[in-house]
Amino acid sequence: MELNFTGTDVCAVNGTRSAPEARYDIVVVGAGPSGIAAAVDHAKAGKSVLLVDENPVSGALMGNDTPLYFGGRMTAATQNSDRMLEAIFMSMPDLEKAMDAGAELLLGTTAWGVYRNGPGVASLPDQVVGLADAERSWMVGFEKIVLATGARDLAMAFPGWNQPGVMGAAALQMLLTRYDAFAGRRVLVLGSHDLALETALVAQARGVEVAGLIEVRDTPQGNAHLVAQVEAAGITITCGQTIASAKGGIDGVESATLTSGETIACDTVCVAIGLVPSIELVDAMHGPRALNPTRGGYVPAGEASVITVGDCAGLPDTGFDHIAYRMDWMRALTAVTTNDTIICQCEEVTRADLIGIQPPNYLPRPAAMCARSLETLLKDGPANPDQIKRLTRSGMGVCQGRRCRDQVAMLLALESGTPYGTIPLASHRAPVRPLPLKILAEWDEPAEMEAAWDVWFGIPTQWVPVEDIGTPYQDDHREMLYTGMYK
Amino acid sequence: MSGSEVVIVGGGVTGLSAGWWLARSGVKVTVLDKFIVGWEASGRNGGGASHYASPLFDEEQRLWPQMDELLGYPTEHRKGRILIAMTERQWEQYRFIAERHKRLDHPVELLDVKQIQEAVPLAGDNSFGGIHYKFGGHANPQRSVQAYAWALQDLGGKIIQHSPVTGFETAGGKVTAVKTANATYGCDSVVVAAGPQIPQLMAQLGVDVPLAAARAEMIITEPAPMMPLGGVDGHKIYGRQTLRGNLAYGGGPHEWLDVDATGPAARPSTPLARNLAKRLAEMLPKAAHLNVIRSWAGVIENSPDGRPIIDRLTSPDNVVVASMSSVGFGLSPASGHAIRDLVIDGKCSFADIDILKLSRFDGLEKDWREKRGWMPIS
Repeated sequence: MELNFTGTDVCAVNGTRSAPEARYDIVVVGAGPSGIAAAVDHAKAGKSVLLVDENPVSGALMGNDTPLYFGGRMTAATQNSDRMLEAIFMSMPDLEKAMDAGAELLLGTTAWGVYRNGPGVASLPDQVVGLADAERSWMVGFEKIVLATGARDLAMAFPGWNQPGVMGAAALQMLLTRYDAFAGRRVLVLGSHDLALETALVAQARGVEVAGLIEVRDTPQGNAHLVAQVEAAGITITCGQTIASAKGGIDGVESATLTSGETIACDTVCVAIGLVPSIELVDAMHGPRALNPTRGGYVPAGEASVITVGDCAGLPDTGFDHIAYRMDWMRALTAVTTNDTIICQCEEVTRADLIGIQPPNYLPRPAAMCARSLETLLKDGPANPDQIKRLTRSGMGVCQGRRCRDQVAMLLALESGTPYGTIPLASHRAPVRPLPLKILAEWDEPAEMEAAWDVWFGIPTQWVPVEDIGTPYQDDHREMLYTGMYK
Repeated sequence: MSGSEVVIVGGGVTGLSAGWWLARSGVKVTVLDKFIVGWEASGRNGGGASHYASPLFDEEQRLWPQMDELLGYPTEHRKGRILIAMTERQWEQYRFIAERHKRLDHPVELLDVKQIQEAVPLAGDNSFGGIHYKFGGHANPQRSVQAYAWALQDLGGKIIQHSPVTGFETAGGKVTAVKTANATYGCDSVVVAAGPQIPQLMAQLGVDVPLAAARAEMIITEPAPMMPLGGVDGHKIYGRQTLRGNLAYGGGPHEWLDVDATGPAARPSTPLARNLAKRLAEMLPKAAHLNVIRSWAGVIENSPDGRPIIDRLTSPDNVVVASMSSVGFGLSPASGHAIRDLVIDGKCSFADIDILKLSRFDGLEKDWREKRGWMPIS
């Protein structure tokens, strides 16, 4: 039986993909103030607009510190999605403006991937964004996509950070102002730049006791007006100090000890050292990114058909060098962390194992393995964080690196003696939010997809055992496993 | 041959294994890679190690269980595979494959639904049956590639990363040196194991190597409880449960690409992740609630018949060309051995690999890609 080539590879992806379920002139991701403003503007200009926001996110996702660093300090109310939905509408009156202007609004809807044809792919029927809610996922086509995904918390490790009650500033503000679902009572804030000052004021205004602010530098860092407000509110800013450890029990943090030896009672340590622009969607589509220290880190650097607005385009530029500030914190915290301090919580990677480029503890470490380290890896060329994460598994867990990606980059900069940014940030991958298989699945895929589906390339000669070549079995094999191929 | 210089073009799993085998024989080895070892398909595949269709199969099977010890670094290799049939047609096909294995004395057993669930607790009661290969297995691609690289260095071999090869110097019917932008590496022999970039490199030596590149995709879930057997295929998807517990799976339609001498411009994943998720949730319904946390794509090359090319050329006569035609990872312990033999002895010592010679494509039609439909979407 001769192969009969027809000019068509029936196992190629060509023509097998579903068309997007809907198409809009504009899809806006993120219904914060910038996203709502963009949706209103485009809708008023007569464009068809879809505005999506992942909030309220499920309690399960919050438990994995997604999308923000909630640190397990949500109340049980967050398990009730109807109540959370109502809380969002109550706290965000501008949502109605977007709808009044004609934008279609979907809450509880995550944008998990943006795809378009370009280098390495030409088979997409349209440029599309993947959406998902609690029931299913689907694809939506767009002319332009506006990313208003905001900024997320920068987490930083210290002894005892890996327990409930250590959380981020954006998460704390979200729980306080949008969800009214913060479970803590007394919070110690790390940092004294605007983020930390604002967070302390919001917390106090919502009836949370603020145990103080801790600043690694010698003076408060935020703008003088905010500093004055915090001091007027009776909140102490302790400078030239860092947290040395957080101690606690089964419910998490109970106290924090400073490098001075002072112990402060608190049930929450709020890491308010910085926010990181949420560039996951742009990065996962391999859009260009650039490091901008005064705008909070890596920001999108221009991508046709993608518009970024608000904090995801970069924090407001006040001239403050966020990277230098974070590195000061990192240096101070590196002095209090130990070899055993966990850096990646999901995969339980310790500082020593990260720097040692050692495998996870379920694998053996023979002598040759123990002799390897970041230092030996650097002899082979510039360090690559994706290589390091695959070897150590740091950043490979269910939080998708949200808790450790940025601090690993800082730690690698310190350990390699290179400026931050020389070693790039580990890449983001779609889906940029954890999505259950049954939600991600395209259950109603086109028949063309199943028709083209082979476990590998569908090349009839590829898997004929060498012993059988030229025997009758070769034809049996082809008939049984490759019926329809090349005919 | 001991003490001579071999330059290997391409730090993928095939080139690194070849380099390791050569270094074990006392040869001075330099591996040149355009970026970082194992960065392309070698480090991002399904990790399967059960290539029974290959003349290298016996050697692959002999070596894998020893590789941790031989290399000195963990590869995460585990033995055995199970294929689960989710349709009547698949069950018919798998039983055909099982019969074929029995005929060739490969240990294989048919499984009923209960037996499948014992070995693969994430499977449901919705399958038609399965087959258990009591051979083959799987390993961690990225960790294994790095293990080859480090083991090669431990034997005195050199790895030069971030150094794309730009050309060759030839004299007297031999390649005398390999050039990169910054340096020239003199050599007694050359191994070209540069994956999709092989045709462009070999064209510089006047040798036509028919290969076409394509993109394929995978997804991975958060960890699941460890199953007694992690090498689970079937339902037209392939993959493994990693030793951490994650389910890493691929399969489905590929997209043909043009790849120039600098390699793939990008490796974008696509919404095909949804179609992979569907099949994985069907095959392992008790995993359907698990979160998918990443997807990725890789670019691999295929020869016109889908079989590897491992050949020492007649002119220039000190060049070995090696493409595993999209199934290189699992074969790597054996392919490296074969390449070592061709470089040092001119002949493979453990198997008849004449079927992998480049000359089988002599007279191949110029439009072989068009005829097969292996063309990029224009």
